[in-house]
Amino acid sequence: MSVAVIFLTLVAAVIVWWLAQQRLASRPWLEVGHRYDRRSGAPLPAAKIGLGVFLGVVGALFSLAISAYFMRMASSDWGSLPLPALLWVNTGILAVGSVTLHRAKVEAERRDDEATRTALLAALAGGLAFLVGQLFAWRELTAAGYLLAGNPANSFFYLLTGMHGLHIVGGLVALGRLTLRAWGGPLDRRMRLTVELCAIYWHFMLFVWLVLFALFSGWASDVVDFCRQLLT
Amino acid sequence: MVDVRSGIGEALPPPEVEDVELYHPHSWWTRYVFSQDAKIIAIQYATTAIAIGMVALVLSWLIRLQLGFPGTFDFIDADAYYQFITMHGMIMVIYLLTALFLGGFGNYLIPLMVGARDMVFPYANMLSYWIYLLAVLVLVASFFAPGGPTGAGWTLYPPQAVLSGTPGGKDWGIILMLSSLIIFIIGFTMGGLNYVVTVLQGRARGMTLMRLPLTVWGIFTATVMALLAFPALFVACVMMLFDRLLGTSFFMPAIVEMGEQLQHGGGSPILFQHLFWFFGHPEVYIVALPAFGIVSDLISTHARKNIFGYRMMVWAIVIIGGLSFIVWAHHMYVSGMNPYFGFFFATTTLIIAVPTAIKVYNWVLTLWRGNIHLTLPMLFALGFIVTFVNGGLTGLFLGNVVVDVPLSDTMFVVAHFHMVMGVAPIMVIFGAIYHWYPKITGRMLNEALGQIHFWVTFVGAYLIFFPMHYVGLVGVPRRYYELGEMAFVQESVHSLNAFISVMALIVGAAQIVFLFNLAWSLRHGREAGGNPWRATTLEWQTPETPPPHGNWGKELPVVYRWAYDYSVPGAPEDFIPQNQPTPGLVTHETAS
Amino acid sequence: MAVVVILVLLAAGSVLFHLLSPWWWTPIASNWNYIDNTIIITFWITGIAFTAVVLFMAYCVLRFRHRPGNTAAYEPENRKLEGWLATSTTLGVAAMLAPGLFVWNQYITVPQDAAEVEVIGQQWLWSFRLPGADGRLGTSETRDITPENTLGLNRNDAASLDDLIIEGGELHLPIGKPVKVLLRSVDVLHDFYVPEFRAKMDMVPGMVTYFWFTPTRTGTFEILCAELCGVGHPQMRGTVVVDTEEDYQAWLAEQQSFSQLSASSETSPAATIAAAAAR
Repeated sequence: MSVAVIFLTLVAAVIVWWLAQQRLASRPWLEVGHRYDRRSGAPLPAAKIGLGVFLGVVGALFSLAISAYFMRMASSDWGSLPLPALLWVNTGILAVGSVTLHRAKVEAERRDDEATRTALLAALAGGLAFLVGQLFAWRELTAAGYLLAGNPANSFFYLLTGMHGLHIVGGLVALGRLTLRAWGGPLDRRMRLTVELCAIYWHFMLFVWLVLFALFSGWASDVVDFCRQLLT
Repeated sequence: MVDVRSGIGEALPPPEVEDVELYHPHSWWTRYVFSQDAKIIAIQYATTAIAIGMVALVLSWLIRLQLGFPGTFDFIDADAYYQFITMHGMIMVIYLLTALFLGGFGNYLIPLMVGARDMVFPYANMLSYWIYLLAVLVLVASFFAPGGPTGAGWTLYPPQAVLSGTPGGKDWGIILMLSSLIIFIIGFTMGGLNYVVTVLQGRARGMTLMRLPLTVWGIFTATVMALLAFPALFVACVMMLFDRLLGTSFFMPAIVEMGEQLQHGGGSPILFQHLFWFFGHPEVYIVALPAFGIVSDLISTHARKNIFGYRMMVWAIVIIGGLSFIVWAHHMYVSGMNPYFGFFFATTTLIIAVPTAIKVYNWVLTLWRGNIHLTLPMLFALGFIVTFVNGGLTGLFLGNVVVDVPLSDTMFVVAHFHMVMGVAPIMVIFGAIYHWYPKITGRMLNEALGQIHFWVTFVGAYLIFFPMHYVGLVGVPRRYYELGEMAFVQESVHSLNAFISVMALIVGAAQIVFLFNLAWSLRHGREAGGNPWRATTLEWQTPETPPPHGNWGKELPVVYRWAYDYSVPGAPEDFIPQNQPTPGLVTHETAS
Repeated sequence: MAVVVILVLLAAGSVLFHLLSPWWWTPIASNWNYIDNTIIITFWITGIAFTAVVLFMAYCVLRFRHRPGNTAAYEPENRKLEGWLATSTTLGVAAMLAPGLFVWNQYITVPQDAAEVEVIGQQWLWSFRLPGADGRLGTSETRDITPENTLGLNRNDAASLDDLIIEGGELHLPIGKPVKVLLRSVDVLHDFYVPEFRAKMDMVPGMVTYFWFTPTRTGTFEILCAELCGVGHPQMRGTVVVDTEEDYQAWLAEQQSFSQLSASSETSPAATIAAAAAR
């Protein structure tokens, strides 16, 4: 459970940092009046905070699954599976999608609606391509005899890529709706915010994927072993 | 004598909180059924939770009938018994307590108490309820599925949960149970995001964190915890579904079941237990923290005295929330995990007793030198303190690793967790309903029926669960369909069991009085007015009661003070609402 | 006023119930009276805390209940009092935790001279295995389980062959000698639980767990399963007999080894299968 505990420690650090600014040591019964409310005039949009909290939940989900991965890995029946080369391509596609959405966000801030729309469409296509690529990777593995129940390493590979893929599907639904609306007329403030949120989500999913990729390729366990050696 | 209560004549700063654009219902359906108004959603959550809770109540009767009078009731066979205890536990913990505290009270109270018009994401909030309802329906469906619901115990430990020796293990029971939990978690996440972000972003002008009522602190912290803990259950459920349906071996080692070798191999049942309790222990506090918060407000309001040590109460809530993530393995002292973990987890577990004890002291010290009105909410709050202290103290037995060894998996454990996370939070739920019913409906609940309900429930529940500890101390294991012949169990233990069962039937019946009261008072209750308890918090200051869609009429409230200005010396009344800028008050030296 | 009376009755009643009720733990038959002592300490500390809180509450309700003209005091906090209470609570908690951890350390430190005994759980019966003349238990594997080899012993391990096997019978233990109980399950979680020994531990398929104790009293004790293992959970009973050394040796001489059992089952495999089916 160490991965999950480390992740939660990070979350706890963020919470403590935030709480530290909330004057938790003040004596509220001595303070009357509204001037004690020190919130700035331009708060972050609720949707952005909401996404941040949601990514915390998703992070907890994946860190727990990765914890389970490491704990199950200790069993003697673990046999790693060869990663299809296609996964490198998929990683590239996902990274390009992330860059494209960042571009969309920049263009939206510049109020260049046309460029934003193009970037959104490209990102949408990239997302779909990633999913198709992942399905092909699954097919390649099953064709080579690496079935879901064959070995715990296989089970975790399908489980984790599946969970990640479902999150990408969710992102694509949001992105698809946004793209449709963006093509329907000029971008307003809410749509520009949504572009930014999609970009953040995509970066996060790319990060999760990179962690998973490192896990499957064995680098992550090398790092863990290295850390253990440092500690002992 | 310094006048620190100034700040009255200041000019209002520009609003930090943007007035949100409310959604506007266009028909009866979107107003009352597919509503996006948090108050309607709260009532939907509460009604559904109480309805499914009644199923759990009936199940508890059946369980007690079997335990008190074994062999008398033919229709309760071993299969049915295990199905009953599993469903009773699961419904109470997840579908009643979690849903009612967060989905019910959270939805109703957060926007009103922080001075918002609604939750920040009303659409997701509505979805949250309907997904919750779906989860409940899937759960109910398992009663009608071939083989019936799962009988794996609410902990659903593999391998037995997915094997044929357990009811529902090879049928639909376990599949529907796991699916229902997965659906519940998805729905909860949608609601949970709302509760958190509304507290963060939706607070009215002047509502600093240190002015929040403890109710909001409790629900807020519990929601943050739930958002981080439920993923563990989610992962565990998905992995077990894979093991059950797709033949993987996440949790399944090599097994010979009834003489037959199974295909699984290498999996770790203890991995499931780690994931389950990584969720399961915070879950205890997910239920307890809202109860802590609510009961603080009940005691303060009805004792007409500010909550003692507000800052300490807030810190304790946050510290308990944080610590509860590093105590999970105290449920696993005899699970076969690395025994050296015992030192760590026993220490963290007993450390958590300190902030919890401080909360108890502060509740009692709020009563001290108060002006205690023995209203129904106050009675239930007193009942909560007694049962919570009792259950919390027996937690010190079970948390202390070596003491847990003889007591684990005995009726002592059953008595402990029923007292601390069953009876105690439910006392708060009742108190809270008697307290806020007037705001929700505009009418008071009937006092006489409430008195009957309180006394039977409180005294009865104590008489059920206090002696039960001693059944466990004798050594009677839990989850036994029948004790049969046990040489070390005296005959008198069976009589005690029968007594407990009779009390359980009586306490259960008292809940019918409560339900009747809820329905009857809706039409016949005394008119309550806007603020019958003369309380300070914002929800009692709404222009209309019950509050309409949008809560606040034209202007959002502005907050000038903390939530506990009761019996302030020099004030004309014994309470000053949070949104009241009273001029000319002089404070005391004693206050600082 | 009813509230005050009930609260006082409840506190007093709980204490009296604790002192007078006939329901108390079974007489101990192992060295773990340390555990009992820790529980007694815990009962004292928690009992005092419970009674104090409830009686103080009762007093508050009596003294500060609402009467016309009453007003509440105004006291947001009192750091001194809170600090004092927190400190005394911490001391109380430490007084329970310290002996607890001390005894736990003993609980998980198996003496060098402890004799090994293996207990195997399956739905829903107990089997036992004792080391033979070589004093060692052979290896075992769930995958090796067959109708002839119901405990999955490794036939290629010389240490297995002389292991004594007791299926569905009684386990005997000599008094006064530390025993390390190795626990194994072939199907689901079980828990080897003898109330008189105080000690217990889950049995987990796929791994071997353990605990140790020293029997201190001769007699016959019931083995129960303390981890839900399916519908047969309450019927999963066994017997452990603590013998004097002579009785134990006499019993030991009657037991059959793995190789003897294998030989007899080879001569009449049908009999074994019939026996297994009868189970």
